[in-house]
Amino acid sequence: MPIRKEYVAEVQKLKTDTFRMGELSKGALENVITALRQRDAELASKVLKDNVVIDKLEFDIEGRCMNLIALQQPMAIDLRTIGTCLKIITDFDRISDLAGNIAEIVIQIADEPFCKPLIDIPRMAEIAQAMIADCLDAFENQSIDKLCDFSERDDLIDGLLDQVRRELLTVMIERPKTITNASHLLFVGLHLERIGDHACNIASRIIYMVTGKRQKLE
Amino acid sequence: MNVKEKLVTAGLCTTALISLVILFIVVGYIFVNGIGAISLEFLLESPYRFEQGGIFPQIIGSLCLVAVCLLFAVPLGIASAIYLAEYAPDNVVTGSVRFFVGCLAGIPSIVIGLFGLVFLVYYLGFGISMLSGGLALGVMILPWTVRASEEAIKTVPQAYREASLALGATKLQTIRSVVLKSAYPGIITGVLLGVGKAIGETAVVLLTAGSGLESFLPRSVFDPVGSLPVYVYMLATQGHTSAAFAATFGASLVLIALFLSISVFALVLRNRYIKRMTGGRRG
Amino acid sequence: MYYRDGTVHGLKDVSIKIAANKITALIGPSGCGKTTFLRSLNRMNELKGATTKGEVLLDGKNIYDGKEDVIQLRKRVGMVFQQPNPFPMSIYDNVAYGPRIHGQRNKNLDAVVEESLKKAALWDEVNDRLGENALGFSGGQQQRLCIARALAVNPEVILFDEPCSALDPISTARIEELLKELKRDYTIVIVTHNMQQAARTSDFTAFFLMGELIEFGETKKIFERPKDKRTEDYITGRFG
Repeated sequence: MPIRKEYVAEVQKLKTDTFRMGELSKGALENVITALRQRDAELASKVLKDNVVIDKLEFDIEGRCMNLIALQQPMAIDLRTIGTCLKIITDFDRISDLAGNIAEIVIQIADEPFCKPLIDIPRMAEIAQAMIADCLDAFENQSIDKLCDFSERDDLIDGLLDQVRRELLTVMIERPKTITNASHLLFVGLHLERIGDHACNIASRIIYMVTGKRQKLE
Repeated sequence: MNVKEKLVTAGLCTTALISLVILFIVVGYIFVNGIGAISLEFLLESPYRFEQGGIFPQIIGSLCLVAVCLLFAVPLGIASAIYLAEYAPDNVVTGSVRFFVGCLAGIPSIVIGLFGLVFLVYYLGFGISMLSGGLALGVMILPWTVRASEEAIKTVPQAYREASLALGATKLQTIRSVVLKSAYPGIITGVLLGVGKAIGETAVVLLTAGSGLESFLPRSVFDPVGSLPVYVYMLATQGHTSAAFAATFGASLVLIALFLSISVFALVLRNRYIKRMTGGRRG
Repeated sequence: MYYRDGTVHGLKDVSIKIAANKITALIGPSGCGKTTFLRSLNRMNELKGATTKGEVLLDGKNIYDGKEDVIQLRKRVGMVFQQPNPFPMSIYDNVAYGPRIHGQRNKNLDAVVEESLKKAALWDEVNDRLGENALGFSGGQQQRLCIARALAVNPEVILFDEPCSALDPISTARIEELLKELKRDYTIVIVTHNMQQAARTSDFTAFFLMGELIEFGETKKIFERPKDKRTEDYITGRFG
């Protein structure tokens, strides 16, 4: 039975809200890939609108973290939790921003057909989504089992990006009229690769939160 | 209840005033009746044929008796107090010792005088003398010196002892350098109490020190000495003239004055000491 | 120093190595035995009639060995208490008390007094008032005086029993800074019920609970990632 009831509740609320922010970012990514596949400009706009909520959340959570540090002298697990929340909300925010970038591209190319069928790009997105989901799981359950293969998964995404780049370059050379469309898709790929990196950052922060050890996952 | 408080305050004030008034009446009466007898001759000459002459040997005798008494009772009292407060285990034996020392205070002074007579004067062979009188008085005031010293020592905060011991002092060093130094004001108070009782004690001195009308000064501790209270007793019971009456009150006045000056002196010393110990200026 | 104690009340099976020239903090809830342990390091627990089983080694020698002199021990292991307790004497006499009772002659005392007061960061404030009674100074100054007094006998180890708990925050901060300077020359062990103070000032921390030593290690590890759940519960306020 905790002695510092209010403080313990505040730390818990911080975790809950950070989790929620993560879920919203994951949702943004899911929606934007659906929008891309279906060339749905409306869904893409919705993603952009939802990002405002995510930005506000980041501000709010950051403020509460600083408050807790200033006023409550958190130690040990609480200190690591608060420190972790402070850092991963930045990554979640970047993920949602990148999803927003993809949404803007979707809106731009919604009217034209794709220059080539989308295979690798959705696969990149799938892997990234799975990584984020595992991060959220680890964060909630304080268990880092699912995070041990993030390096490999990130390498997978990087590999897929290489493939996407090569294929799109080929298309651009063969059919110069598709250059605009192809380069937009290339950017989508780049954004997804960045999302994968952010997921890796989040994972290493959560490993620190649980174990106290710092390690970088590339 | 403002009215109630005022009544109570007034009541307490009145009782204090009554005590003060009684004191003034007694002292005043003595003063009025005795001041006539006071003169330089009275103070510096020896008694001659009962009430004539002066009371010089008696003054000296009283002071000597008090001195011997203190020489006996103060070191013994302080040492006993140190033992009881610092070394004795907290058990029935120690409690009994304290109890018996306290009982000593309840023994009537005439009985102590008798003890002095039988033991000091005859058995030990000191004879009627300053030594017998002083020692008997010492026995009489011992409970006060012991108790006051013990209380004073107990009041010294344990923190001082701990600090001293933590610096590597022995228990004895601690007692000497810290505890006793802090306890002196309380000890002085106890000693003063004793002085007051001793200087005015008649029965004990009558039986052990001398008739009170000595006209010579003591040359050693084994000589009998005169003393003011016994002088007063002698004159009061056997003097019939108005000169005797005046001399009696004169001697009483001198006795009171003597006691008052000793008290004032000791209290001034004590207060200066306290000031030095608790934050006064350059000490 | 090693310490192993098996008494029923007080301490059970405690074993710690206290590093030289470092600050070791002892933390734990009230009544957990940290003060008892501290006082066993200079045999002050004997004043309360405690019996000890085990050894405390200072430079390899057990201080509880019958042949060891407790007076010499307390010269080497000094103590500063929770309530500032300067003697009711002048500042000078307070600091000179220790050297005097160990036989130092009066003519060398001036230098000792000055040096001790300087080390305790009190010289500048009182050097023109050495004859004034110690009780006339503020709590923070009195506590620094007690530190100077302990330094005057040239100890190797200084034990602090919650030295700041009776002081205001500024005096507390001053003393904490002082501790950090003192550790260059002395080994310091400090009992504190203020965890943040332990976190701020110490190099090593020991957590006591109900007479047992639960965890001991580098302070930054204990406060960032304690090994024992009970330690973590205590320092995060999950229980007191």
